[in-house]
Amino acid sequence: MSSRGEILDRIRSAVGGVATDKMRKANVERRLKRHPVGILPWTYKNNDQVITQFTVKAKKADSTVERCKSADVSKAIVRFLKKHNLPAACRIGADRKLKNLLKGQEAVLEITHGPNDGSQLTGVSCALGAAAETGTLFLVSGKDNPTTLNFLSENHIVVIHKKDILKHQEDLWVRLRRKYGAGKLPRTVNLITGPSRSADIEQTLILGAHGPQRLHIIVVMN
Amino acid sequence: MEIKSPQFKKNAKAALADEQLQKALSHVRSKFIEKRATAVRELDCFNELRDNAVAIKKHTIKHLDLYLERFEEKVLEQGGQVHWAATARDARGQVLDICRKIAAKTVTKGKSMISEEIGLNEFLEVNDVTPIETDLGEYIIQLRGEHPSHIIAPAVHLNMDQIREDFREHHTELPEDRSLEEPISLLQEARGILREKFLGADVGITGANFLIAETGTSVIVTNEGNGDLTQTLPRIHIVLASIEKVVPTLEDTSQILRVLARSATGQEMSVYTTLSSGPKRGDDPDGPDEFHVVLLDNGRSSMLGTEFEDMLRCIRCGACMNHCPVYHAVGGHAYGWVYPGPMGSVLSPSLAGIENTGHLPNASTFCGRCESVCPMRIPLPKMMRHWREREFELHLSPASQRRNLKLWAWFAKRPKYYRLFSRLSHLALKMLAGKSGRISFLPLAGGWTRFRDMPGPEPKTFMQAWQDRSTRDQPQ
Ligand code: SF4
Repeated sequence: MSSRGEILDRIRSAVGGVATDKMRKANVERRLKRHPVGILPWTYKNNDQVITQFTVKAKKADSTVERCKSADVSKAIVRFLKKHNLPAACRIGADRKLKNLLKGQEAVLEITHGPNDGSQLTGVSCALGAAAETGTLFLVSGKDNPTTLNFLSENHIVVIHKKDILKHQEDLWVRLRRKYGAGKLPRTVNLITGPSRSADIEQTLILGAHGPQRLHIIVVMN
Repeated sequence: MEIKSPQFKKNAKAALADEQLQKALSHVRSKFIEKRATAVRELDCFNELRDNAVAIKKHTIKHLDLYLERFEEKVLEQGGQVHWAATARDARGQVLDICRKIAAKTVTKGKSMISEEIGLNEFLEVNDVTPIETDLGEYIIQLRGEHPSHIIAPAVHLNMDQIREDFREHHTELPEDRSLEEPISLLQEARGILREKFLGADVGITGANFLIAETGTSVIVTNEGNGDLTQTLPRIHIVLASIEKVVPTLEDTSQILRVLARSATGQEMSVYTTLSSGPKRGDDPDGPDEFHVVLLDNGRSSMLGTEFEDMLRCIRCGACMNHCPVYHAVGGHAYGWVYPGPMGSVLSPSLAGIENTGHLPNASTFCGRCESVCPMRIPLPKMMRHWREREFELHLSPASQRRNLKLWAWFAKRPKYYRLFSRLSHLALKMLAGKSGRISFLPLAGGWTRFRDMPGPEPKTFMQAWQDRSTRDQPQ
């Protein structure tokens, strides 16, 4: 018998056999269809609290966060790069929202397009959303925001609109289902909470392991 | 990996005398415990989340066959492939076949305990495929030809000066006089070397913390970002996962994620939680061309319906070993196989056979700390006791121990003799203790009394005291 048959048979005979399958199948279908929400931590009185929680938690995970108007996003990027003595250049994908935000800034900021092959110091992405509970960004793969920008850039800047900052992870799953269809996800969904790190040497935390050394979040307030 | 668990006693003795190891282990005691405690304190519903995580896993295990089938269906739907492996050997063969099809020379690897369990690295090497571990801790121990000593902190048994020496010895292409004083310089050196490897690899292999049935997704939870580079850059991504990793939905995943990082490293969320569903899509500028999932059983389905079924809830957070006094004292290598600490003492006999790992369920003080911190509320001490019983039934415990227990059983069934015997031994012990009230040598227990005195006996045997007490407590 194939490994597949062998494994499934062994499981079936241990957990209840065929006779009860109808009921077990119905249980499974129900759970997959209803995807019940479990326990949600923290309560929020208003939207401002959600943004505050996001900011506090993101900073706790060593991200830097700033709020600005949409017209000032490119200025914020330039300021960040200057502060860290980085060249005024960045790599972005095909995200139209991001392109619009950076339009007309070519004189102060050199922008190239596409994935990062490891030679680009700074990548800028647009997040699909964020979960305030832990300061976690949600980014999805595709030509708009190539995954390599998230990991091969030494400095990763993520732009997010304040209305996309939601309370819990579960709110993002709802959003993804609405956008991509039930039971479907983009190839990769990256939940990112802070810059990369390692504590493998004597349990000492060091920022900047294989991924970015800095994660800067720009929250667009209008 | 060769099983060295039968030498647990010898391994433990060596570990206790190893100064470098003892120094390194102090980091486990001081750092992990404190960080977890803080994270748990800051989340008021932590225990409710634990209960719900347990409920989710219990439900999943009851319907494991159906969720696995759904997972497979979804992976196929999005262009991925699923390989079912009943044994470690099957899994190794499947990985090698995939590598051979594209004549792969190098394979980068994210952290995976399953890979250790099936002995993948050694197997690939003899078949001319070079595996490169990319997690910093795993990279270090691969240089040293060692195995992980902890399931989430593989190099926790090492100190910085040892790592520094390893880097100087192996990275000979770099200038000899470079400074490696700070941990950051070690990290940067490894990062630089591994960048090249990531970009040049043909295949990337990762483990999985979860498999989501709803969407056919594999999930990895990491901090360094090496797992993501491993799976994004090469042409082929292989996920190694065991069958109990499946969970029903995205919502269920979130529930368990909330207890995972807090229990493991004390973070509220690990830096990268990555959901992967199939290979590159039409408009993807990056990502792998092929996506394979190897689903490993290797003894797990045989745990279903037994007293060890609860162990299948384990999410490999490491909290049980971080809080274990035996682990603190001897470290992970003494356990002699892939999984150390309390979870290993329960799991290793299930996967590798009690006849090979008999000492492990005895590597416990039964203090119960492991169970109290386990996010999945796995009754680890109880299961270790089950293994001890099995070990005894199978006549695997040492002959002297068996003889004594049998002797005791004979007396226990014959109260008259039992009383006589216990009174006699009581007398003998009293004589041995003399005036000091301490016994410094006990026949047949030299190993015990060599390092400590045994207190002399109470004035009366338990039975005598009990009888006196019952007479005294009689209602007047
Ligand atoms: S047994 Fe519990 S505490 Fe130990 S690794 Fe598994 S889930 Fe974590």
